[in-house]
Amino acid sequence: MSTTYNEADPYAGSRETTEGRVYTVTGGDWDLTFADPHGEERLVVNMGPQHPSTHGVLRLVLDLEGETVTKARVVIGYLHTGIEKNLEYRNWTQGTTFVTRMDYLAPLYNEAAYCMAVEKLLGVEVPQRAQTIRLLVMELNRISSHLVALATFGMEMGALTGMTNGFREREMILDLLEEITGLRMNHAYIRPGGLAQDLPEGAVENIREFLKIMPKRVADFHRLLTGQPIWQARLKDVGYLDVTGCIALGVTGPILRAAGLPWDLRKVEPYLGYETYDFEVPTADTADAWGRYLVRMAEVNESLKLIEQALARLEPGPVMVEDRKIAWPAQLSLGADGMGNSLEHVRHIMGQSMEALIHHFKLVTEGFRVPAGQVYMPIESPRGELGYHVVSDGSTRPWRVHVRDPGFVNLQATAAMSEGGMIADVIAAIASIDPVMGGVDR
Amino acid sequence: MSNDGGEVVPGREEAGYDAATAPSGGFRKGSFGVSGSGDTSGFGGLVRVEPGGAVALHTTDRPYGGYFDEVTDALIEAVGEATYAAAVQRVLVDRGEITYFVAREHLLTLVQALRDDEALRFELCSSVSGVDYLDSGGPAATPERPRLHVVYHLTSMTYRRRIRLEVAVTAEDPHVPSVTRTYPTADWHEREAFDMFGIVFDGHPDLTRILMPDDWDGHPQRKDYPLGGVPVEYHDATIPPPDTRRAYR
Repeated sequence: MSTTYNEADPYAGSRETTEGRVYTVTGGDWDLTFADPHGEERLVVNMGPQHPSTHGVLRLVLDLEGETVTKARVVIGYLHTGIEKNLEYRNWTQGTTFVTRMDYLAPLYNEAAYCMAVEKLLGVEVPQRAQTIRLLVMELNRISSHLVALATFGMEMGALTGMTNGFREREMILDLLEEITGLRMNHAYIRPGGLAQDLPEGAVENIREFLKIMPKRVADFHRLLTGQPIWQARLKDVGYLDVTGCIALGVTGPILRAAGLPWDLRKVEPYLGYETYDFEVPTADTADAWGRYLVRMAEVNESLKLIEQALARLEPGPVMVEDRKIAWPAQLSLGADGMGNSLEHVRHIMGQSMEALIHHFKLVTEGFRVPAGQVYMPIESPRGELGYHVVSDGSTRPWRVHVRDPGFVNLQATAAMSEGGMIADVIAAIASIDPVMGGVDR
Repeated sequence: MSNDGGEVVPGREEAGYDAATAPSGGFRKGSFGVSGSGDTSGFGGLVRVEPGGAVALHTTDRPYGGYFDEVTDALIEAVGEATYAAAVQRVLVDRGEITYFVAREHLLTLVQALRDDEALRFELCSSVSGVDYLDSGGPAATPERPRLHVVYHLTSMTYRRRIRLEVAVTAEDPHVPSVTRTYPTADWHEREAFDMFGIVFDGHPDLTRILMPDDWDGHPQRKDYPLGGVPVEYHDATIPPPDTRRAYR
């Protein structure tokens, strides 16, 4: 994009010389904006967008009086990739490969919410086994997401062992998800109508093995951090935001529950049969970073309970809707050259049935049609209410997909949590929000 | 439907897609839009209902069912019958969700009542999103059928209910009052809708771009804004950018 400077441009004044016009580019209008009539105490600090403690490319502009933050402004958009626009140019099934890249720490939540919205538009119900597996992989994903939240929390507070432990534990889950979906992240595993494929052989045993190890690791985490005086001093009474503030600012998830309101969409608006599972909604009453830490730790345990129950309920059955006009035509299988259509399917469409070939071709290249209308599908992601507003005009592509990403909304609370506090506590407050910029900027 | 034979259609706009002659409600035949062809796949036999393209044009009559009637009654009581009649142009219940189409002049009265009235208590504004219905099938965008829609998803945590408000404006006069005084959380949502659709929220404390750079031209998620992209060469074939590839409608 070309930029034209005019004579009055404050950033690039110009003067005529014998060599031609010379522009003097200055550093913006900071002097004008932040002129301080009251003394020299006021300092404007620009943090980010490249900063280890900002969860990616988050930029903060902080006004400081000494070490006290008087104003905190949040600048986002550095990771904007136009996913919502791109979705309008792909068919409904291809959409999963895009949405999974939004909140990259909770990819399965994006896929599930998107697919559930599409299914609501289609008016189809996915088979029981697919629902149970969805719940299972989502709860695994919740633990891995919370582990990253806790690990980066530790790193940002200077507890580096917390970081190495958190990422080590997360690796176990990523291995499980790789085994189940084929990829560590960006799975595209949940598809409109069901799942890309069934659980592979041995996955259930490996998840059970993980369920044996993980509680010990959670206890280790508590031993490492929870009782530690420095950890407590850094977190307690930091980033305070009560229930009223949370609701006014639209904040949901662990932040709202740490303020004392047990608002969890898995309980209050159950989906995927969550109402039939036995689990608690952990809360705290401190409304600060400390409470958010404790809530996330407790939620890891609740997710372990959910995974155990889901494993017990797994019964053989299809993982894709019966409707062959929606279901992906091929059963994927792992061959010598990687994942692809199963040989059996290829033999069938290439050698036996012309109609099956047409069907495969139409469904894969063109996709299915979704009746016109709009739906809003909210689910409880590790960060709060993840809502998909999906509009269809009755064609093979989404007309509009808008994502209400909890990170985007929760990040608005930064100023409320940080202003009036110390600059060091800004880091703790943002770490306790746990924003993921891929989801915030989309 | 002219593209049932799988012919190459460069894009919706270029293909001479005429919104005026597009099906405006009723039925579209076939899972793949096939009709009257030598279809042997069986897809031509399916019939799906499509009222008016993407914008549903019909109105749902009462009773709406579920808690929708309670919410509507409470809303009428809170703002008064005359205001309600002037504010709510029509109501649509679809797929278990209720949508109130609201005149922008009355939006603020309505959201204030929805948040504060004891029988309503929609404390949480979950989401605000823009939708551009340009050439979405159905009647073309006219001053009576504005193309830009602002969609508010409100949640009542007290009663565990959800409703949707929808305000429509034209691209020539894209002004909507800001709800940030009632719902501070709408701040960034409205900035995003401004950034992406050019909808101007009057009374917003700081309506600037949020995702795109400050000096960006245009509003990327409008339907007449191209996706962009360059052709990619791969194995001696050239793959066109996504928005110029053939499209199925």
